[in-house]
Amino acid sequence: MASHPTYARIALLGNPNTGKTTLFNQLTGARARVGNYPGVTVERRSGRMTVGGREAEVVDLPGTYSLTARSPEEQLAIEHVLGMHEAPPDLVVVVVDAGQLVRNFYLVIQLIELEVPLIVALNMLDEVADAPDHQAIGRLLGVPVVPIRAKTNRGLAALTEAIAVGLAKPSFGSVKVDYPEALEADAAAVVQALPEGWGQGKPKRELGLALWALGSVDEHDELRGITPELRAACIERQAVSGRDVDTESITARYRFLDAHVTPLVRARAPGTVPTTTERIDRVLLHPIWGFAVFIAIMLTVFQSLFSWASPAITRIESAVSWLGTNLTQHLPAGVLTDLLVEGVLGGVGNVIVFLPQILLLFLFIGVLEDSGYMARAAYLMDRIMRALGLHGRAFVPMLSGCACAIPAIMATRTMERHRDRLLTMLVIPLMTCSARLPVYTLVIGALFPPSRVFGIVPVQGLLMVFMYLFSTLMALLAAGVLGRTVVRGRRIPLLIELPPYRMPTWQSVVRQMSERATSFLKEAGTMILACTIVLWGLLSFPRHDAVTLRAAPPEMLATEDKRPRTEASETSVAPTVNVRSERLTHSYGAKLGRAIEPAIKPLGFDWKIGVGLIGAFAAREVFVSTMGLVYGIGDADQSSEPLREKMRAESKDGKPAYSPLTGLSLMLFFALACQCMSTLAVVKRETRSYRWPAFLFVYMTSLAWVTSFLVFQLGTKLGF
Amino acid sequence: MSPTNPISRDSLRRCVSAPTGTTSEAPQPFALADAPLGQAFVVVEVGGERGFRRRLMELGLVPGTEVTVKKVAPLGDPLELVTRGCSLSIRTSEARAVRIIARV
Repeated sequence: MASHPTYARIALLGNPNTGKTTLFNQLTGARARVGNYPGVTVERRSGRMTVGGREAEVVDLPGTYSLTARSPEEQLAIEHVLGMHEAPPDLVVVVVDAGQLVRNFYLVIQLIELEVPLIVALNMLDEVADAPDHQAIGRLLGVPVVPIRAKTNRGLAALTEAIAVGLAKPSFGSVKVDYPEALEADAAAVVQALPEGWGQGKPKRELGLALWALGSVDEHDELRGITPELRAACIERQAVSGRDVDTESITARYRFLDAHVTPLVRARAPGTVPTTTERIDRVLLHPIWGFAVFIAIMLTVFQSLFSWASPAITRIESAVSWLGTNLTQHLPAGVLTDLLVEGVLGGVGNVIVFLPQILLLFLFIGVLEDSGYMARAAYLMDRIMRALGLHGRAFVPMLSGCACAIPAIMATRTMERHRDRLLTMLVIPLMTCSARLPVYTLVIGALFPPSRVFGIVPVQGLLMVFMYLFSTLMALLAAGVLGRTVVRGRRIPLLIELPPYRMPTWQSVVRQMSERATSFLKEAGTMILACTIVLWGLLSFPRHDAVTLRAAPPEMLATEDKRPRTEASETSVAPTVNVRSERLTHSYGAKLGRAIEPAIKPLGFDWKIGVGLIGAFAAREVFVSTMGLVYGIGDADQSSEPLREKMRAESKDGKPAYSPLTGLSLMLFFALACQCMSTLAVVKRETRSYRWPAFLFVYMTSLAWVTSFLVFQLGTKLGF
Repeated sequence: MSPTNPISRDSLRRCVSAPTGTTSEAPQPFALADAPLGQAFVVVEVGGERGFRRRLMELGLVPGTEVTVKKVAPLGDPLELVTRGCSLSIRTSEARAVRIIARV
C-alpha cells in the first residue's frame, strides 16, 4: 500500500435509485475523476470536497442492495469498503431511500456487522407522507442519521458537518441480529478459515466477514482472492445437515428490521406503491399504449442520432477542413505540414466528429434512466430480448448501432454484468450504421440498373432494405452463436426493480454526458488519432519526387510550389487531386492493396477496391473518397456521377470488371467486416483489453470474407 | 400472518408433506407463478438458483412477507411483483420456484 494520503477518504454507498449519484454531484461540485477499479471493467468515479477544513476524496460506489457477491463486479463494494486493494475509506456514507427504509437498512446492517466507520444519509424524505423518525433510527443502530434532500441541496450542510464529525470521531454502530445458533456456529467455524489480514484482529468484523463468506462463497462463485481454505470451509458448513444458510441469515436480518425499523416508519401500508407511479404505469405498461410509447421513444432516440446530430457533425467537419485549408496556406509546403493537416488535424476531426452523437445518446439515456423508464423498457422488451439471447437493456444500444457503433458501444454501460455488455458490444458493429450508407449508395448507384421489380418496386431501394434486414439478422444470429460459445456465461435470471418515476435532474444528466464525452476523447480518442496518422502514412508514402513529377505536368508543379498559398481557389483543386491520386496509387497502401488482391480476388474485388478497403478502415464512408482518388476524381461523394461512370467503365478482358454481383459481394463485405478503427478503439476502451477488439476484428472480417466468397462464387457459377 | 412472524421451514415441510384429508382445511402452498393478479399472499419459500434467490430475499421477499402479483407484462412475461411497497420484476420461470400461501 502506498503511503498514507493526507486527504480523507469517503465512500458513498447505497441501493440503486436512492439518489446517491445526485448526492455525490452535490458534495463534490463540478468535477469527477473517472477511473477504474483494479481488475474489473467498472468505472470508479471520484471527486473532491472540503470538509472541516480538510480535503477529502469521495468515491461513488456502484449502487447495490447488499454486500453479498457472486461476481468480481459485485465484490467491489465490500473490497472497497474494507480497503482490500487500496487504503480503506475513513468514512462510509450510506445513502438510504426514506421510502424504502427497511430494504435499504439491510445494507446498513451488513456494514455495521463489518465494523465500518459509518453515517447514514436519509434521502427523499419529501416523497414519504410521514417522515420516519431519523433520531430514533440513529439511536437504534448507533450511527448518525442525517435527513437530506439531495435534489435540492437540503440538509447538505448538516451532512457535511456530520461527515466532519464522523472523520474526527467515527461511529461504527452496533446491532444485535438474532441469528439461529447453528448459523452462529457456522460463522465461528468459517472465521478460522479467513485469510490472513481480512479481519484485522477485530472479532466483530471477523464474524461479519464469515457471514458474508457463508452467503457468497461456494463452488460456483466467480469471486477473487478467496483462498481454498475459506472456500472449503464455507462449502462444508453449507452442507452441514442440508441447512439453508441463506434463508437463515437473511430472514434473521429482516426479522430484526421488521421488529425495530418498521415501527419507526409511519408510512403507508405494505403492498402499495406511490399512486402517481401507478397511474403512469397504467399507460406506459399498457399492452397497446405501452408499446406505442416505447416505439415512439425509441424512434426519437434513433432519429436524433441519425439526423438531428448531422448539422453538428457537418459543422465540425467543415470547421476542421477550414482549419486544414488555412494551415496549408500559412505553413510551408512539405511532409510536416501534410502530417499536421491530414494526419493530426484529420485525426482530431475523426475523434470529435463522434461527439454530437455521443452527447445526444447519453442525454436520452440519462433522462430515461433517471426517470425510471429504462427499467420499464427492459420489462416490456424482456420476452423478445431473451428469445434473442440478449439482455433486456441491450435494446437501446442495438438500436443506436443503426446510427453509429461508437456511442452504441459506450451505451452498453447501462448493463451491470460484464458478460451481457461484452456480448452486446460484439454484435453492435454488425448493425447497419450510417457510415455504410454512402458505400451502399455508391455501389448500388454505379452497379445496379435503375429497373423495377414487377414494374413498381425499384431494385435499388429494395437492395437498401435488404441490406438493413440482412445486417440485423446477422447481428441477432451472431448474438445467438457468440452467447453460446465465446462469451458463454451462466444464465442469470431477470430481477429488476421498477422504481417510482422521478423527475431527472439536469445536473446528473449533463454531468454524465460530459463524463462520457471526456472519457471518450481521452481514451478512445488518442487511439483513433494514432490510427489516423498511421493510415495517413500508409496512404501517402513513399513520396518520391519522381512520383509527383510524373504525376503532374511541369506547369502544375509550378503552381503547386511557387504560387503564394493565399487563395483557396478552385483552380488548385485539379492538380492537387492528380498529385494526391498519383501519390495514393503509388503508396504503401496501394502496394498493400495489390498484395491483398489474391485474397480478395475470389470475392470479385481487384486491387483498386483493395485500396478502398484499406482507406475505409479510417471510417467506412472514406471508401467513397478513396475510390474517387484511385480514379483521379477529387472530392467524390456517393452520388458522384464521374466516379460511378469510371466504376462502370472499368473493364477486364473486354467485359465490365464490376458486375452487379461484385456490387452485392462488396456490400455484403461492408455489412459484415469490421472496417472501422474507431469501433475497435472504443471496444478496447470499454473492455480494457486488446483481446476483444482483436477478436471482434477477426470474427467480423472472417464472416465477411466467407459470406462474400460464397455469394460471389455461387453467383458466378449460376452465371450472374 | 404478519411479517414479523415468518413461517418456519419445518411448518412448511409439514404443510407440503401432510397427506391431504388430515389437514384439508389448511391452505396449501402453491407457486407464485400461479397467483391470481392483484391478490396478496404470504411467501413460504423462495427457491431457485442460489445467487438469484439470495438477491430476491435480500430485496425483502423472505418467508413470511406479503407479496402481490400486480401485472403480467404485455407479452406474457415477466411478472410485476409488489412486496414491502416496492415493485420488482421477475420471470414466470423463476416465479415457479417461489411458494406462497393464502393469508390467514
